[in-house]
Amino acid sequence: MPTPPHPQDPIVEVHDLVHTFGRDIRALDGVSLAFDAGMVYALLGPNGAGKTTLIRVLATLLRPDSGSAQVAGVDVLAHPTRARTRIGLAGQFAAVDDYLTGRENVRMIGRLYGLSGAEAKRRADDILEGIGLTDAASRAVKTYSGGMRRRLDLAASLVGRPQVLFLDEPTTGIDPRNRADLWTLIRQLVDDGTTVLLTTQYLEEADRLAERIGVIDHGRIISEGTSDELKDTLGGAMLELSVEPEHREAAQGLLRDALGDEPVLDPETERFRVTAPDGTRSLLVAIRALDAAGIEPDDVRLIKPTLDDVFLQLTDTDVQPEVAS
Amino acid sequence: MTALTPTPPPPTASQDLDRVPFGRAATATLVITKRNLLRNVRLPQLLVFATIQPVMFLLLFNFVFGGAIGGSLPQGLDYIQWLMPGLLIQIAAFGSGQTALGLVEDLDKGVIDRFRSLPMARSAVLTGRTLADLIRNAFVLTLMLSVGFLIGFRWETGSLRFLAGMGLALGFAYALSWVMATIGFVVRTPEAVQSAVFLPVFPLVFASSVFLPTETMPDWLRAFADNQPITIIANAIRGLMLGGDTLPAGQTVSGQALISLAWISAITLIFSLLAVRQYRRISS
Ligand SMILES: Nc1ncnc2c1ncn2[C@@H]1O[C@H](COP(=O)(O)OP(=O)(O)OP(=O)(O)O)[C@@H](O)[C@H]1O
Ligand SMILES: [Mg+2]
Repeated sequence: MPTPPHPQDPIVEVHDLVHTFGRDIRALDGVSLAFDAGMVYALLGPNGAGKTTLIRVLATLLRPDSGSAQVAGVDVLAHPTRARTRIGLAGQFAAVDDYLTGRENVRMIGRLYGLSGAEAKRRADDILEGIGLTDAASRAVKTYSGGMRRRLDLAASLVGRPQVLFLDEPTTGIDPRNRADLWTLIRQLVDDGTTVLLTTQYLEEADRLAERIGVIDHGRIISEGTSDELKDTLGGAMLELSVEPEHREAAQGLLRDALGDEPVLDPETERFRVTAPDGTRSLLVAIRALDAAGIEPDDVRLIKPTLDDVFLQLTDTDVQPEVAS
Repeated sequence: MTALTPTPPPPTASQDLDRVPFGRAATATLVITKRNLLRNVRLPQLLVFATIQPVMFLLLFNFVFGGAIGGSLPQGLDYIQWLMPGLLIQIAAFGSGQTALGLVEDLDKGVIDRFRSLPMARSAVLTGRTLADLIRNAFVLTLMLSVGFLIGFRWETGSLRFLAGMGLALGFAYALSWVMATIGFVVRTPEAVQSAVFLPVFPLVFASSVFLPTETMPDWLRAFADNQPITIIANAIRGLMLGGDTLPAGQTVSGQALISLAWISAITLIFSLLAVRQYRRISS
């Protein structure tokens, strides 16, 4: 059994973390978050948002100026050594030794965990097999591809059977196929009972992999929830279509009645835009209403907000995604 | 994928300690020492260059200066006899920069972060590094001595004294490793550390009795040279390997050896404390 004293408590709980580098770089500016065991939590944020700093605090590498952090039932700041028995870390850049073989790298970590030589070897072989590196295990890491190095780094972070795994940008710089493989691997780890906190700049990654997403910028969590909840903050899907100029007035009324929202005519594209609260259903309702009145719409499009739109809107006040207009 | 099933064993008593037990700290030191040494074995070019340079120094100094200097040395020593004991210290001093380079590289690549995230004694990163460098230095010094032997160096005392001389050279190398570890953690960038490590080493090595007796130096420089650790230790090694006649008037072999030990202990103590303190700072 995992060991947090009260299994119903969040496995990671962070309150009001503040950390300043030098005099005025507030890398963490009051971060609070909490989530339960058995999921992937994605921290999504642009460069310099504070993702790595937060991970470093949680992985006992950095003492924050103030705030508190509990991981797997351990107060990270009060009992760092104890916390280290429950966590695994794969940093932003693969920290593996080039001149050692893959197996030697993982075995060394096992020995540092206090496993005997034989135990460490067995554990290394098990993990390397699980992670698909058995064939390359006896080769020096300098012959590995970028994707293999990442996987080896992940393997090293699994040696201690961590309850909580911290992955800082696990797929940055990895080609799409290797990225998909890593995603599968991470999901398997979660199915096996590990909780994963990962950071990413890829919205698709957060969307596909994470049960919950925290958007971080300038050292603050600016929005939090499931992928759908975040998208909902932008107000659901939009319907776009154009009709012959002579039907515009009639179409405007029909769309308003069918969808309950005032359609807006974009003067440049000469197209109507209206919210489609039920997505595809709204699209059908609208088309039927127009059809019944003998109006044939042209160039119909259902536009769903993507996480990109959410991200851009949240992290940059200058860029207004067009769906929000 | 049962292989990865991370069902953790219930934490044992030792896992819930706030300190890592000493036995595990010792194991971690050895594991990291081995890791650092393997780098020298797997990347032999590192060791080759670390060895070529000292051997080149030995050959150049001996054959370029030897003729001009020969005869003017105390007791009419051959230059190689004077040079060899001093060069052991010079090589130890130059080689110690590797400690800083290794640590900064590990810092830069995130290896130290990985180690620090493990439930192991944090000090093992430092003890493992300095121990590996001590072993590497022993190898390089032995090789140097062999080349010295080929071109005429002979020690003139018992083998115990000879070994004591080697011990002083290695002890000094170990002490300097801690100085370099401190410098490495202060400087922290691989490019800058390259030149930073030579800063303290150059003046100490050249303003000393490593290459020549200090008698011909101007008074102000001689005052410095005679009292700084490299001269003291070089003289001690010379005394141990060649006999007390080679020492400046008024010095005894055992006296110089004791002062050397005091220097080595003091440097090691002070700089290991400083290095550990700098290392802790990384986490804030
Ligand atoms: N050691 C440091 N010294 C000074 N400033 C730092 C240090 N580490 C991070 N910072 C600053 O703190 C802020 C947050 O950095 P952090 O590395 O946490 O961002 P990030 O979200 O991980 O970015 P990226 O996506 O580029 O990895 C940035 O402004 C960064 O410049
Ligand atoms: Mg980062």
